[in-house]
Amino acid sequence: MRRQEDPPLLRGTARFVADLQAPGMLEAVIVRSIHGHARIDAIDCAAARAMPGVRAVIVARDLPADLDPIAMRLSPAPELAEALQYPLAQERVRYVGEPLAVVVASSRYLAEDAAWAVRVRYTPLETMASLSTALAGAPLFDGLDSNQVYLRTHQKGGGNAAVAASPRRLKMTFSIQRHTGMPLETRGLLVVPDGDRLTVYGSTKVVFFNRRILSHLLKVPVASLRFVETAVGGGFGIRGEFYPEDFLIPYLARLLQAPVRWIEDRVEHLQAANHSREQWHEVEVGFDETGQVMALADDIWVDNGAYIRTHGVTVPELTQAMLPGPYVWPALDSRLHVVLTNKTPIGTYRAPGRFEGTFVRERLLDAIAASLHLDPLTVRRRNLLQPEQLPYSNGLLALGQEVKLDSGDYPAALNRAAELMQAAEIGERKRLARRSGRLRGLGFAFVVEKSGLGPWEDSRLVLHADGTVTGFTGLADLGQGTKTLLARVVADCLGMAMERVRVVYGDTDQVAEGFGTFASRGTVMGGSAAYLAAVELRRRVSAVLRSDGIGCPDRDDITMTPSGIVASGVARPVPYGEVLRRAELQGVALDVTERFQATAMTYPYGAHGCEVDIDPGTGGVSIVRYGVVYDVGRAINRELVVDQIVGGVAQGLGGAMLEELAYDSHGQLQTGTLLDYLLPGACEVPEIEVVVTENAPAPSNPLGVKGAGEGGAAGVAPALANAVADAVGAPPEAFAALPIRPQEILRWIR
Amino acid sequence: MLPQRGTERVSYTLLVNQQTYTVEQVEPRMLLADVLREVLRLTGTHLGCEHGACGACTVLVDGRPVRSCLMLGIQAQNQSIITVEGLSASDATLSTLQTAFWDEHALQCGFCTPGMLIAATHLLHENPHPSRQQIREALSGNLCRCTGYQNIVNAIERAAGGEGTESRG
Repeated sequence: MRRQEDPPLLRGTARFVADLQAPGMLEAVIVRSIHGHARIDAIDCAAARAMPGVRAVIVARDLPADLDPIAMRLSPAPELAEALQYPLAQERVRYVGEPLAVVVASSRYLAEDAAWAVRVRYTPLETMASLSTALAGAPLFDGLDSNQVYLRTHQKGGGNAAVAASPRRLKMTFSIQRHTGMPLETRGLLVVPDGDRLTVYGSTKVVFFNRRILSHLLKVPVASLRFVETAVGGGFGIRGEFYPEDFLIPYLARLLQAPVRWIEDRVEHLQAANHSREQWHEVEVGFDETGQVMALADDIWVDNGAYIRTHGVTVPELTQAMLPGPYVWPALDSRLHVVLTNKTPIGTYRAPGRFEGTFVRERLLDAIAASLHLDPLTVRRRNLLQPEQLPYSNGLLALGQEVKLDSGDYPAALNRAAELMQAAEIGERKRLARRSGRLRGLGFAFVVEKSGLGPWEDSRLVLHADGTVTGFTGLADLGQGTKTLLARVVADCLGMAMERVRVVYGDTDQVAEGFGTFASRGTVMGGSAAYLAAVELRRRVSAVLRSDGIGCPDRDDITMTPSGIVASGVARPVPYGEVLRRAELQGVALDVTERFQATAMTYPYGAHGCEVDIDPGTGGVSIVRYGVVYDVGRAINRELVVDQIVGGVAQGLGGAMLEELAYDSHGQLQTGTLLDYLLPGACEVPEIEVVVTENAPAPSNPLGVKGAGEGGAAGVAPALANAVADAVGAPPEAFAALPIRPQEILRWIR
Repeated sequence: MLPQRGTERVSYTLLVNQQTYTVEQVEPRMLLADVLREVLRLTGTHLGCEHGACGACTVLVDGRPVRSCLMLGIQAQNQSIITVEGLSASDATLSTLQTAFWDEHALQCGFCTPGMLIAATHLLHENPHPSRQQIREALSGNLCRCTGYQNIVNAIERAAGGEGTESRG
């Protein structure tokens, strides 16, 4: 099935934000801190203001004195308010890349020239670029007692004492390196003023929320702000959040009464857009001789960077809440510590908290198996929740909701993955590999994901006289295929070709409210709303025809053919114009809006399998097979589900083997370009086999769907680590640090 | 003495997609990518990194793939430039390769796609029947963050196999 989104993207005629121009448009460049931590003594803009083409240079003191910092969108906590970020640094800079000033000029070239002429005098302060220095050092904000800004504990079943009482124990420290979403398109905005109105192009993901934040910060009515989505070059969690620039560019457009465009460059993006993932886990697990787990204690340390951004403590809380996964843990004791450091703030990145927690849990399961000389699949099977135990609440909160695993057959998914990866014959493959001097290993990881975050999403459908339907949604599209997906849901319900459904999204003048596309919620929330609206439209059309004596009296069974509506039991299609006339005469609007509300998330799940072949001379890893079995409840469109999973696996591989936002002790980013920050390329990503299953429809939505966006990324690191550990016959505690690089592998071979 | 930065202007012509364009009064330091995008308004060529690492801005210059973020516009005079806008016969059609990308879901966000199409066009010109490994190697200078590359490889294989045809889209 072809995606509706694609033809303009293939021709090069789609319009991304950087492709837009407006008459009289100015361009902005941000001047950013070069220090990880410093006092700002002075910023001299005089030379920059005198440069050719320069229209404005602003610093923090040029902004309104009563300007608020940028608020939290998700998982807010009052104790974090002290560490919110203002659009421009005031007295101190706290990370390399923090915005200090904005230059606006008639071209990007001239604005960049002038940005170099802005002179900043700093007094460097002690830079705390690691957890240990931040915990020992002075608080980054005057109102804080410590750089540990947040602590959440969770205990059940005796906690630590239960670990101590277990017959076998294992202690491990896990680390996950800082890395992030890195969409191919950097961020950007074009803001066009028109009298009292501002039109903002380039926002995405959560446009309605961002519009409210901007309205609050600019102190203008929401209705005076129009947000319009353009084509978007990937999101992955980081794009679309409200960043300092999302205030600065509209502010300047309004101040100068001229269109202002800002397009981030890649070096800026690496320093300025949200980072993610960086965590340490000090784990102790108790179990018995059969591999049955008894208790888990985990100190989770999150290196948050310098400020709390829109995600609040979303990533840390999701880590803690989702870490138990698909297993029964009789006792749990976890302490979640969020620590501020002099680095770029963190936010979400595809499978936030689950990439990290799944690595810890699934690597730990293999470590338990290795310590008992048991098959890791056996240990997993012994601990998995059985279908009859679901729904099952793990007692933790994520995104304000209790984690209640709703439906699934976890053992079936694991068995299917074992079958797919031919686990039973791995011994023979290992022997063959050894014969040619190679090391072969197979690893698995189980993934439990969450999806379908509420509270609601609306869908409006309008039937036109030409037999087409326009659908309006509050979702966004960042490459997922939102239009195609919603068109498919509507078309299937109305018995029409999906080419005749046009989906409108991302323009606040056309769609009044919504929540957006994040947290694998698009299909569950927007898809369900579209389905409810299509059912209602079908009911109304059927009722209109029935009132006029056309069609089956007791069923809403219609087909929307190109030439008209065919009601069941009637041969002749009723032309659309006639249907609309009849509806009008009867006072029935064929323009329906339905809302889908959700109070609980729904939990997709699956298993990853990875087989590696290692060169014992270099430690180089070839992934010879990669398979994912994933249950999404019900797939609206299998191809789109597979696309999401394959793409997620590729990103997961980047995080497992290549990508790292590395800092030195002075808080300088060492991997500040795409030549240092290694993204997986076509030769690094293997062929990925995906089996989509539909064993466990979601009980909480009419389509039975669960989200597909994040399960591909979540399981890669442990599947790979387990495969590598298996290949080299490593001891239980090996490969607990990401990324897994050849030098680490060589260490265990020798 | 050199003129002050930002004040010198030059004019030149460029041959893009078999059409001659006059580029008037631009700064000589202007990158080919910026000339294509901002002056000629051929915005299908995308800038993903501006330091030659991502491949999104790849165009053909005299038949060879070039990072248009690493070349000045003025350097491209007297050469034939092909951008993504020049790949299909008309605005209403898609080439065999573009159609294969559509059929195989070889794109999600579509931002890297123009560079991928250009790289693949060059590959198929040099080697009409590449193996999957050869396709992967030919794409090794182009980053995609959405697809995991698999569908892109499938699409190029399909186009090479002649399964696709020009289609209206």
